[in-house]
Amino acid sequence: MTTTPLLDATGVAKSFGAVRALTDARLTVGSGEIVALMGANGAGKSTFVKILTGALKPDAGRVLIRGQDVRVGSPAEARRSGLVPVYQEPSLIPDLDVADNLRLGDTPVGPFREWVAALGIDDLRLDRMIADLPLATLRILDLARALAQKPDVLLLDEMTAALPTNLVDKVLHVVREQAGAGMGVIYVSHRFTEISHLCNRATVLRDGRTVGDLDIEPGVEERAVELMLGAKIDLGRRDTSAAAAARSGTPRLGVKGLAAAPKLADVSFDLHAGEVLGIVALEGQGQDELFDVLAGFDRPSAGTISVDGTPVSFGHPADAIAAGLTFVPGNRAEALLSERSVRENIALPFSARVANWGPIRRKHEADRVGYAIEKLQIDTRAQGEVQRLSGGNQQKVTIGRWLATGVQTLLLFDPTRGIDVRTKRQIYPLVRELAENGAAVLFYTSELEEVALACDRALVLFNGRIVDVIDAADADEPTLMRAVHGLTSAEGAA
Amino acid sequence: MTDATDTRPVPALTRFGRWLADNPMVPLIVFLFLLIAALEVMRPGIVMPVRTGRDGFISTFWVSNLVKFAIPLAMLAACQVLTMLTAGIDLSVGIVATVAAFVCATMTSTIGPVPACLVAISCGLVVGIVNGLGVAFARVHPLIMTLGTGLIATGCLQVYQRLVISVGVEIPAFLEWLGIGQTWGMPNALFVFVPFAAFILWLMRFTGFGRILFALGSNENAAKLSGVRSWQVFLALYALSGVIAALTGLLYLGMIRQPSLSLANPLLLPSVAAAVIGGTSIFGGRGSFAGAIVGALILRVLNTMLTLLQMPEGARIVLFGLIILAVTALYVRITGSR
Repeated sequence: MTTTPLLDATGVAKSFGAVRALTDARLTVGSGEIVALMGANGAGKSTFVKILTGALKPDAGRVLIRGQDVRVGSPAEARRSGLVPVYQEPSLIPDLDVADNLRLGDTPVGPFREWVAALGIDDLRLDRMIADLPLATLRILDLARALAQKPDVLLLDEMTAALPTNLVDKVLHVVREQAGAGMGVIYVSHRFTEISHLCNRATVLRDGRTVGDLDIEPGVEERAVELMLGAKIDLGRRDTSAAAAARSGTPRLGVKGLAAAPKLADVSFDLHAGEVLGIVALEGQGQDELFDVLAGFDRPSAGTISVDGTPVSFGHPADAIAAGLTFVPGNRAEALLSERSVRENIALPFSARVANWGPIRRKHEADRVGYAIEKLQIDTRAQGEVQRLSGGNQQKVTIGRWLATGVQTLLLFDPTRGIDVRTKRQIYPLVRELAENGAAVLFYTSELEEVALACDRALVLFNGRIVDVIDAADADEPTLMRAVHGLTSAEGAA
Repeated sequence: MTDATDTRPVPALTRFGRWLADNPMVPLIVFLFLLIAALEVMRPGIVMPVRTGRDGFISTFWVSNLVKFAIPLAMLAACQVLTMLTAGIDLSVGIVATVAAFVCATMTSTIGPVPACLVAISCGLVVGIVNGLGVAFARVHPLIMTLGTGLIATGCLQVYQRLVISVGVEIPAFLEWLGIGQTWGMPNALFVFVPFAAFILWLMRFTGFGRILFALGSNENAAKLSGVRSWQVFLALYALSGVIAALTGLLYLGMIRQPSLSLANPLLLPSVAAAVIGGTSIFGGRGSFAGAIVGALILRVLNTMLTLLQMPEGARIVLFGLIILAVTALYVRITGSR
């Protein structure tokens, strides 16, 4: 490559309290190079990106731009030194028009307009309010704004995620052209197909460190998957021989052609009583929309849902609960009354209906809540407010709420996110036991090894569609990792 | 990730604050008695006549007067506590109480006392339902919604007054009995207030409706997730608040016996203050009616003190406002609650 790289980051480390997000991250980008930055969920990608762009200060390590230690202290400094990021979430102020947003960032208007046209949007008016523009347009505007600042290094974070195909082509074309003219590009992405078309190299992060630097060549996907996985903490094994349970008769939950804007395109599956159906996907492939629709928070834009063969339509979570669909969201803060007691949190659904607004049946409540607490082994030493419990125990409370009411169909959205290994090991058998007792469980997880531990089979969601169905027996991590990246291998398909 | 128990040593003041947060009634009651002691110092004998050589260890006259005028304040404060639990507020209670009193007083001579009272209560119910609909469906902020309906009710009352200008004012006898009568030296209004307070305390602690009020104010999303349809709750809540306000108006009519177009309006802001002093958070999810009752008593004692200071009315109001702010700020600082 070139003698002095445009960007050279070495030994970057960053901790948040006791959590070590980055330990030794490295990245070099030479002139004219397009480097992919890859890593599984929680590998430290976003922290690294934030440090490169100056949004966070590293605890150790250095970031050189054109050989100069810039000691990036703020995003504005990083910008001046030549590194310009385009984030996944548009960084335009919704209540201002396009021209005002340009003025805020000191973006030259002329070049900006040229870039917007080059990127495939011909009819942009600068007096349009940002809030009125579609997401895809905003991402293009963000990119055009970045290009207009003539960066040395351009950082693109999941640039193509919300774009229609024709715009993707234009964007990739422009990026390639700019690299040809000497610009360096950091391309953060999950999509192997784009990476192999666009990039020269891929840098892979795992557990906060750079574990590999790969040249893009045929077969590199396998190597990247291997590097992203590495050796994981063993969470135990499960005998999956009995996993192929009887899946016949009317499904408990039948989903056909379900779509919800913007990300869920077309999903169909059957979930039977006694089954734990896993869903695996990279972030933002439509899983959030799927669960919101099933839980009654959103209405689908197309498709049907049926429960025990009867079509249902949910206008409110109360409708879903009435149909037996109970939801444990991924974000515990959304589900808990942090200042109320464990008992009140678990008992909340009992009082929800107008018919139950009268006197609380204390005996009944104590029985049911006691059952849930015992079943989940919720640590109630820190009695009183739920916010004084640990993360794992809080998560148990959100699940316990539905154990207490009696589970028919449980929608678990990443229930083990951010909780300790011990609690995780308690949750898998519990999910299995619920299924054995006749419940149907839909289990989205961002941690692939959980599929083999808790599920009977797993649906792979990619770009809002189900691209693969994998039985638990075949659901080793490399298979899943390939599948979630859209690399459907023929032998993996069921 | 936080651990199950925080083992770091906690500073004494923080620990004291936590204890107070768990027992919020203690500092309130202490403060009430401190105020009463201060009052006794300012005007010896007013609370304990025995010290100045007169009969009675505690003046039943003073106590019954304090209780009597704290009752309507505490009842309106109940409206604030209940609505504040859901992070709302009801600013229409003052005018609703006034409307109920005025309607009752002007209708008694034509349709009889009981129907007049029922009409008065329905007025409160209607305003409450309108508030509830606005908050639940139009999603207007309760502050604006209840301020708006309060203004509309004020206007309607003026129109109504023109219509009934020739009708004489008559106050139902049982309201006078409740308002000014005494039993064993204590105001008869307690016959209404004690069951009322018991009902509100029971509603908040031992019913599903009470649970849901707390839940909606703590985390509306969690309540929704658990199947709570918030519009039902808001509708019932504001309707209840309107009815309580109307009842308060009737009781107040019996005490003052002089209906006017602004009879109970001055009680509005003190009712909010009583709720806040009593430890109810305007951000929802935290509140106590027992605290609000003590808050109402504290406000009444403060009012007596300021009257005794023989200041001009304006200065008195300024001082009243300052003291409320200081008490609230101090309480919030100590307990760490909002």
